[in-house]
Amino acid sequence: MTQHNGHTGQERIGVYVCHCGSNIAGTIDVEAVALWAAEHLNHRGVVVARDYKFMCSSLGQELIEKDIQELGLTRVVVAACSPHLHEQTFRIACQRAGLNPYLCELVSIREQASWVHTDKKAATEKAKAIISGGVERVVWHAPLEPLRVPIHPATLVVGGGIAGIQAALEIADAGFPVYLVEREPSIGGHMAQFDKTFPTMDCAACILTPRMVSVGTHPNITLLTWSEVMEVQGYVGNFTVTIRKKARYIKEDLCTGCGICQEKCPKKVIDEVFEAGLGYRKAVYTPFPQAVPKYPVIDRENCTYFQKGTCRACEKLCPTEAIDFEQTDELLTVQVGNIILATGFDILDARRIGQYGYGRLANVFTSLEFERLSNAAGPTNGQIVLRDGVTQPQTVGIIHCAGSRDRNFNNYCSAICCMQSLKFAHLVRERTGATVYNFYIDIRTTAKAYDEFYQRVLDDGAILIRGRVAEVTDAARLPGEEGKLIIQVEDTLAGKQRRIPVDMVVLSVGLEPRHDAKEVAHRFGISCSADGWIIEKHPKLDPVATMTEGVFVAGCAQGPKDIPSTVAQGAAAAARVLARIQQHEIALEPVRASVDESKCSGCRICNGLCPFNAIIFHEDRMVTEINPALCQGCGTCVAACPAGAISGTVFSNEQVLAQIEGLLLDVARRAPAPEPAPV
Amino acid sequence: MSDSFEPILIGFTCNWCSYRAADLAGTARVKYPPNIRLLRLMCSGRLDPTFVLKALASGADGVLITGCHPGECHYLEQNYKALRRYLLLRRMLAQMGIEPERVKLVWASAAEGVKLAQEITDMVEEIRALGPLNWPQRHNGAAPHADEKAVKEGTA
Repeated sequence: MTQHNGHTGQERIGVYVCHCGSNIAGTIDVEAVALWAAEHLNHRGVVVARDYKFMCSSLGQELIEKDIQELGLTRVVVAACSPHLHEQTFRIACQRAGLNPYLCELVSIREQASWVHTDKKAATEKAKAIISGGVERVVWHAPLEPLRVPIHPATLVVGGGIAGIQAALEIADAGFPVYLVEREPSIGGHMAQFDKTFPTMDCAACILTPRMVSVGTHPNITLLTWSEVMEVQGYVGNFTVTIRKKARYIKEDLCTGCGICQEKCPKKVIDEVFEAGLGYRKAVYTPFPQAVPKYPVIDRENCTYFQKGTCRACEKLCPTEAIDFEQTDELLTVQVGNIILATGFDILDARRIGQYGYGRLANVFTSLEFERLSNAAGPTNGQIVLRDGVTQPQTVGIIHCAGSRDRNFNNYCSAICCMQSLKFAHLVRERTGATVYNFYIDIRTTAKAYDEFYQRVLDDGAILIRGRVAEVTDAARLPGEEGKLIIQVEDTLAGKQRRIPVDMVVLSVGLEPRHDAKEVAHRFGISCSADGWIIEKHPKLDPVATMTEGVFVAGCAQGPKDIPSTVAQGAAAAARVLARIQQHEIALEPVRASVDESKCSGCRICNGLCPFNAIIFHEDRMVTEINPALCQGCGTCVAACPAGAISGTVFSNEQVLAQIEGLLLDVARRAPAPEPAPV
Repeated sequence: MSDSFEPILIGFTCNWCSYRAADLAGTARVKYPPNIRLLRLMCSGRLDPTFVLKALASGADGVLITGCHPGECHYLEQNYKALRRYLLLRRMLAQMGIEPERVKLVWASAAEGVKLAQEITDMVEEIRALGPLNWPQRHNGAAPHADEKAVKEGTA
């Protein structure tokens, strides 16, 4: 605890208290706080304390800069919002005035006081304590230089849906290498399963497949399908990623994608993924004809050869001898500077909504099943028919918000279901002429040309009923209900209960985070909200960055959204990455631990604590050293060192202990506590 | 203990989860009592037990330690080390004559602003019920509850 980092006892500190309009000043008496700081913290080195309407404004910053130059300030404490918002602003202001940016401390009296407390007196007293803590702490700050690390020009994009495709193409077109990793045998994601896209009703395949082909042929894109990211090490600019390339049992260099193996394979399997359980594929398959890459995979679980030891029909008939049953999973290690996560969504399991009868009543379909039914390349060649595969429905009920905006399932709005349901209504009207009922809570058609589409569907003759459906049942009670599915609903516009018999029910099921979203987020060192969506750095101003430097998010992994927004986010994430790559290097917080070898006793207590292997023990000298390139700055070793030989910059013992004292300045105390040694 | 006793708590937060939960509580205007003063560390693993003792010795009546949920540590596993130290520290506090309940560890992710506010509210009430921590240095004269010698040994 005797590290001398410039604490001379003669610091000249400026304290700046922000009103933040009325955000802070509405609850905290900011003028009184500033006056108090000038008077009562004077003996701690505060030479000036001011309050100002908006410290972050250019005038506010100039105020600080002027004081630094005219009053010779050596430390600055700004009491305003969270350092996660404006720490950089004030550091840069200090730097402009010639003060090392790390000699500035931003303490939060908005998020931690004015916004969370209602008692004005108590909030004002707390603000004083927070500022006192900041003043005591800043004395121990040392001038630092940011760590500069080079940015590797390659990027990893995880997920080959439209978000990942867009991001990969933007970066690759700019001339930088991209690794695109996709779990399924082909890229395309959910969009490849759709027939038409709202509101323009373009065919999804027509607009998506050219992009997929561009990805497949792009010289800058290394496409790794049927692959998963196993491990991520390192930090922004310098990630080492281990990717498991699952065995396809197909030699990619020999396969021409002719499709003979798929044709000849005797084993038919229900396709639960791409066809949503409505269609079949073979044990050797590509999910759909336009799949990129063109190489099929052999599904080991269902392949007759793998299960029974005989067959090998594909091997015998392959004209290029591309089948290789001996292939094994491959582990690839790649270096990248940035990562974009575009891992998409799952749909809610409709079986969970017991009252809607999915899985029990044959003619209740999910939205994804309906997409496949209506798709010209789908299992029914685009015929909208009942589960028997032949009968056209005469009446169809489409239930919006199935599992969304519902406390029993998900509180959030899934954003796409209104438009999707209206699209379904339009398709049913167009293709079958059946009577269509849409059951909605509210119609949310907010994006460009969406409400016009809603009007068009109304003009098509779809019947919209406002009310949350209570139940879908096959128990007929009234004449005309036999053999039908009856939708029981309160029509809240007519103000009465209705029973509407239909032949087919489509549930517009909500979007959910991927079932393994939390696991994936942890692998990449980022976090998910309570719902499971990846948390962005700022919900409005930084929607594609995450809290972890160098890891970005795009598309539905961040929250439910439609295709236009997904594409926009893919491009936005790419733009952020490109800006990084073009800077060649990035400045990082110099939060690192270091060992004072003269104090290290060689006890090795710290040696086992570092998960990044940054701690090295020198047997010859019996001392420990920390590799600053590997250290991530968590400080666990600093806290463990019994000799106090390890120090952590930005969060040193002196800084923390001083801040504690400062925070408790107002608490009656006879004398300062003796300085404790580490326990 | 008078009815007007307002406890003072120090809260240690992790830069990656609970500090952001506190920010989120603020942004969402979730209310909690003003009795807690928060301090940011990079990780709950940075928490030297000395910091807790320092806070208690400097006048805090309780200390709330917060970190990422198990398995979600930004630094992979350092919150487990915080947990180990916390469990040892509680045993030590008991030996020093300090109610171990004055120090509490809770997990709060960056999304759990409401949870963090609730934990703070609960702990302030728990400490209020326990009464002031009569750490020797806070009052002139003798220490009514704590064994002064043990305290000195624990901090020396």
